Amino acid sequence: MRFLLQRVAFYLFTAWAAITLNFFIPRMVPGDPVQSLISRNQGRISADAIASLRVLFGLDSDRSLWEQYVAYWGQLLRGDLGLSFTFFPAPVSEVIGSSLPWTVGLVGVTTIVSFLLGTALGVGAGWRRGSWIDGLLPATTFLSSIPYFWLGLVAIALFAGPGSFFPSSGGYEPGLVPAFDAYFIPSALQHSILPAATILVSSMSGWILSMRNMMVTVASEDYITVAHAKGLSERRVALSYAARNALLPNVSGFALSLGFIVGGTLLVEIVFSYPGLGFQLFQAVGSKDYPLMQGIFLIITISVLVANLLADVAYLLLDPRTRKS
Amino acid sequence: MSDQVLQIRGLCVDYGVGADAVRAVRDVDLTLHRGEALGLAGESGSGKSTLAYGLTRLLPPPGVVSGGQVIYHPADGPPVDVLTLSPAKLREFRWAETSIVFQGAMNSLNPVHKVSTQLLDVIRAHEPKSTAASRLARAKELLRLVGISADRLDSYPHQLSGGMRQRVMIAMALALEPQVVIMDEPTTALDVVMQRQILGQLAELRERLGFAVLFITHDLSLLVEFSDRIAIMYGGRIVEEAPAARLYAEPLHPYTEGLLHSFPALHGPRRELTGIPGSPLDLRAMPSGCAFHPRCPKAFDGCDEQVPVLGAPYVDDPARAVACRLHPAVAPLSR
Ligand SMILES: Nc1ncnc2c1ncn2[C@@H]1O[C@H](COP(=O)(O)OP(=O)(O)O)[C@@H](O)[C@H]1O
Ligand code: SF4
Ligand SMILES: [Mg+2]
Repeated sequence: MRFLLQRVAFYLFTAWAAITLNFFIPRMVPGDPVQSLISRNQGRISADAIASLRVLFGLDSDRSLWEQYVAYWGQLLRGDLGLSFTFFPAPVSEVIGSSLPWTVGLVGVTTIVSFLLGTALGVGAGWRRGSWIDGLLPATTFLSSIPYFWLGLVAIALFAGPGSFFPSSGGYEPGLVPAFDAYFIPSALQHSILPAATILVSSMSGWILSMRNMMVTVASEDYITVAHAKGLSERRVALSYAARNALLPNVSGFALSLGFIVGGTLLVEIVFSYPGLGFQLFQAVGSKDYPLMQGIFLIITISVLVANLLADVAYLLLDPRTRKS
Repeated sequence: MSDQVLQIRGLCVDYGVGADAVRAVRDVDLTLHRGEALGLAGESGSGKSTLAYGLTRLLPPPGVVSGGQVIYHPADGPPVDVLTLSPAKLREFRWAETSIVFQGAMNSLNPVHKVSTQLLDVIRAHEPKSTAASRLARAKELLRLVGISADRLDSYPHQLSGGMRQRVMIAMALALEPQVVIMDEPTTALDVVMQRQILGQLAELRERLGFAVLFITHDLSLLVEFSDRIAIMYGGRIVEEAPAARLYAEPLHPYTEGLLHSFPALHGPRRELTGIPGSPLDLRAMPSGCAFHPRCPKAFDGCDEQVPVLGAPYVDDPARAVACRLHPAVAPLSR
């Protein structure tokens, strides 16, 4: 418990540091991109929105730094991240809110599936060395060593294109209105198959390999020999004794990978022009949409920290040795 | 019911196959009688663990049993060759008939499972019809048997001391009341006081429950005290076999003599500690003739050519056997 509290304190500190950095960076950058944008859009931005942007980007220099800092925090806590320039006049929080489900849906689901499938195959490969799964390994390793960008483009070139079942870009048929209905859902699924498959192909072999190697390591432990000597069924030895222990390092790896769902799959979304957060960030960078960039970075930071906390909790739950009595 | 419970006949174990194979256990004959404590001693690397793993079919790769038989005589029913049991029969045989306490007993418990989980699952695996309550009662009783309080069932291995973990392993080994318990250096990692305490307790339990023990250690002085009969191993072969007291009083094989001078005796007159000159055998470069001859202080003409075989050196003492040309066989081995 003490350990967990220490970790939480550390993550809170890190979050504070990241947010504070977010506060200072625009204030230290020479020149004033936001000011110029505001002037360019003069008259189209409400006074409130301008005030909010001033707080976020340090244009309210008539106030003391401390006052600015307090105002900045107050605004963040209210969920006000300013207005996006690209999607003007939509607030950043709204833009993020509309693209987050796409990322979580595509990358989140594939991350989980990849972990589960890869781990299961790794258990099989490590327990029965030389089985058909081992034969699969060189292929999956090869696929995972291809830079993702390339893999995605090859997949598009091979499988997508005029007349193909797989669309090459987007998250749904243009013209459809996002809704949970019989037109939109199938279209969204259809658009997600190719990017999902490429993510699986490129990320799964990591799980297979690490799980396989851990299984091989664990298999030579004394307690495995004892489990065999006890006459337990092969299944029980493999799962409850070997896999249970081999899983430990992978679970924290998995929790950490959850943190990168939001930010780490930029390439997938860029290649497939998928309307998720990564693609959004890409566009924000291209159009110098500073408020949006800052908002997305904030979300990424927080999700990485939350994932770290999850990893700690998972380890604490799964490995009794970390629980001090 | 046969007086013998385990007969090892001509057991050979190799590491590797083909040209690279080394033979770690050579043509071993060994008999364990019901309720007896048979000690197996020899320097580290002499093949004791390999023998134990071989006869229970637990050899880690690249180990393979390359010959021989391991005949087990159940309390009821006909004898079986452990080496030819089907996988299902082997699982039934394991632990219920022959359990093992391993050399690495410190790591014999899975760190992520509670003591109770590891104690109960073996009972459930072998007695699927037993009720959860009866299994729990048995587990508590077992811990009590080895002097551990029942609330330790909820502990994880890392919460127990080394001595306690070892006791848990002994309790576990007795869970199904096997006929044979193999102990491979069960107390080597413990301090001397703890060692003797546990072995004393084990002797008591053996008296009470009547199981036979194959007790393996490199410390011959422990065996002299805690076993009925002792077999000495060198280079994968049994080189001497005798009742414990006889072996201690009158070691015949020069290697046995060397071993007795390698450890301080716990009781009785002090012996001079001289150890054995030379280094333990390299299986890849087995000497010709008697494997011990390069280190043997008593080697004589022909020891580097003729392989001495295990035989009875005394007509009137069939319990003794030795493989040394100084003590040629005068009577056939009775087994
Ligand atoms: N996995 C292995 N591969 C090759 N040789 C081995 C292996 N395990 C043990 N040996 C060899 O077998 C011999 C006997 O080892 P072991 O049975 O562990 O001896 P002991 O238990 O008497 O110390 C040693 O010479 C050792 O080098
Ligand atoms: S046979 Fe010869 S070398 Fe071997 S132990 Fe006896 S005396 Fe020594
Ligand atoms: Mg050993």
